[in-house]
Amino acid sequence: MKHKSKQNNPFHDPSLKKRHASAMRFKMFATACIIFAVSFLLFFLSDMVIKGIPAFQQSYMEIDVTYNEKTIASTRSAIDKKYRRIVSRAWLRDIPAMVEENPELMGTTQKTWVLLNHQVDQYMKGHYYKIKDKDLKVVDEMKAQGKIELKFNSVFFTHGDSKIPENSGLRSAMIGSVLTMLVTMLIAFPLGVMTAVYLEEFADDNRWSQLIEVNINNLAAIPSILFGLLGLAVFINLFGMPRSSPLVGGLTLALMTLPIIIVSARAALRSVPDSIRQAGYGLGLTKIQVVQDHVLPLAFPGIMTGSIIGMAQAMGETAPLIIIGMIAFIPDSPSSIFEAATVMPAQIFTWASMPERAYIERTAAGIMVLLTILLSLNALAIYLRKKYEVKW
Amino acid sequence: MNAFESKTRQNELIELFIKAVLISAATVSILTTFGVLFSILFEAIEFFQLRSFWYFITGTEWSPGVPDSKFGALPIFSGTFIITLIAMSVALPIGLGSAIFTSEYASPKLRDKLKPLLEILAGIPTVVYGFFAAITVAPFIVKFFAALGLHASFNSALASGVVMGIMIIPVISSLSDDVIRAVPRSQRDASLALGLTMSETIKSILLPSAAPGIIAATLLGLSKALGETMIVVMAAGLRPNLTWNFLEDMTTVTVRIVDALVGDHEFDSPDTLSAFALGLVLFVVTLLLNVISVTLIRRFKEKYKINTL
Repeated sequence: MKHKSKQNNPFHDPSLKKRHASAMRFKMFATACIIFAVSFLLFFLSDMVIKGIPAFQQSYMEIDVTYNEKTIASTRSAIDKKYRRIVSRAWLRDIPAMVEENPELMGTTQKTWVLLNHQVDQYMKGHYYKIKDKDLKVVDEMKAQGKIELKFNSVFFTHGDSKIPENSGLRSAMIGSVLTMLVTMLIAFPLGVMTAVYLEEFADDNRWSQLIEVNINNLAAIPSILFGLLGLAVFINLFGMPRSSPLVGGLTLALMTLPIIIVSARAALRSVPDSIRQAGYGLGLTKIQVVQDHVLPLAFPGIMTGSIIGMAQAMGETAPLIIIGMIAFIPDSPSSIFEAATVMPAQIFTWASMPERAYIERTAAGIMVLLTILLSLNALAIYLRKKYEVKW
Repeated sequence: MNAFESKTRQNELIELFIKAVLISAATVSILTTFGVLFSILFEAIEFFQLRSFWYFITGTEWSPGVPDSKFGALPIFSGTFIITLIAMSVALPIGLGSAIFTSEYASPKLRDKLKPLLEILAGIPTVVYGFFAAITVAPFIVKFFAALGLHASFNSALASGVVMGIMIIPVISSLSDDVIRAVPRSQRDASLALGLTMSETIKSILLPSAAPGIIAATLLGLSKALGETMIVVMAAGLRPNLTWNFLEDMTTVTVRIVDALVGDHEFDSPDTLSAFALGLVLFVVTLLLNVISVTLIRRFKEKYKINTL
């Protein structure tokens, strides 16, 4: 059969080529968008890792250290004069404590691995930051002898914040985060679950419960910094609670986390089929008994998932905690919820504004630790949800 | 009363008690909203007793700290506006484009892999974004524009705006994805059956139907951008600057709030109280955006009788 020519074919649409080309361009645009989003994520994560990995190593030097009465009083004299400029002040400060813990050091001279200051450390990692030429000569000399090494930076996990970069670590911030999260969850979890139970099981559709629903919606949309203003004006000024404490921080974050817990708890309660409740009523149980013994246990996995996700979000919050003062310089770990403390994101913020170059890698390392914790929490939530998901 | 009746009476009392406890717990959320409103309102009123409200809204000079301090917030509002504008012009196309891809062009398996990745973007703390903006993006922008012969500040509005936009992408994309998928399949199938290409179907049928939801998503993203603090504190400037040039440094409402409260001022001075005045403006604007957004979504749900949103 002969092909009809294009001019005679009534179904030939001359604009079809254009339309297909336009359709292809549109699809490419949409694809480009998602590729951008995903590649940004990958680029960003790798940037953080590249910047943060150096912080997990720290420069140490093996030299003779003398421990006796004179050197304990004036710790600079414990090491040879030519090394005094490059050894960390913080390490020298610890000598009296070291001797107290190991009395057999007294009166001896030992070869010890000594922490070097941050200018030398940065030079060892390839950056020049405020290091003088004569110090460079000493460092190069010791490097050639193999006496300077990059060892694992355990200081990062055992020390709190410090004005001396090589001596600073994440410990006090981590403990502060734990205490604050404790307060947050102890307040937000019961309040949130009770509100959800009320709204799902007990509320009649009256003005009061509608008002509560609208309020929860609004709470979720309020910018986090305004919760900080609330904490400052009410908890600190009106109630007189201690500033910068995990107590105030936890209370403020609890109010922020309430909407998330309420919404996910309600979804979990709603997913329990009505037949369970009806069966309970049919057997003569009261409403409380049905909720307590049947609905809540079945909804529990969903509630846990929502709470873990809420906790992960609260852990990354910084703005409200800054307003209530949790960015104070906190070298020692807090031992109660009433003492001044800081949290991990606030520590990251503080380090990011420090001038010394050594803090850049520590900030990135702190970010890596924080992101790892958050990702694990989210993964745990998803795992729990999949494991306990019941298809009714 | 026999034993059965007294047990029932006991149960009734316990039920009432527990119901009261639950209602009080639920009331906390109402107390909180009003707590936020009144604590800010109270201090803001104190501020407006010391300084003129009209000048606050329209004045262009913001100079705290001097005895004759002026508090004209217009440069601060404009800074917020410009950075938010940059953020939305990044977030809206990319967020919507991503949503279109995940809802229409991606296979279910690909979609299952992509959505968690976008969720991760949403879960990154803003202080981390701020560090990235200050350490990586801002220097890059300075170098890039220097190569073009233009001067960009290290605290350019562009740097914080772009990173803020990336942070908002998941907000827009996840809600838009839900609303696009919620449009009934019948409309999609009818359009394709009539010979429209996929892109024409999306552009002329699906997007207009999903428009209320997409607008709601945009408003939510906008509200989030307005209230964002850490990215701008770390990457934007402190100086109120009334200009259109996004390569210059400018400051936002949230940065000024932090700056006013973290410094060593007396609590009742106009410097500190200005934070609450700014906070009040922020509260009202974000609340309005949220109310409009919720109303739009409710109407969309009613129109298509959807329960899944």
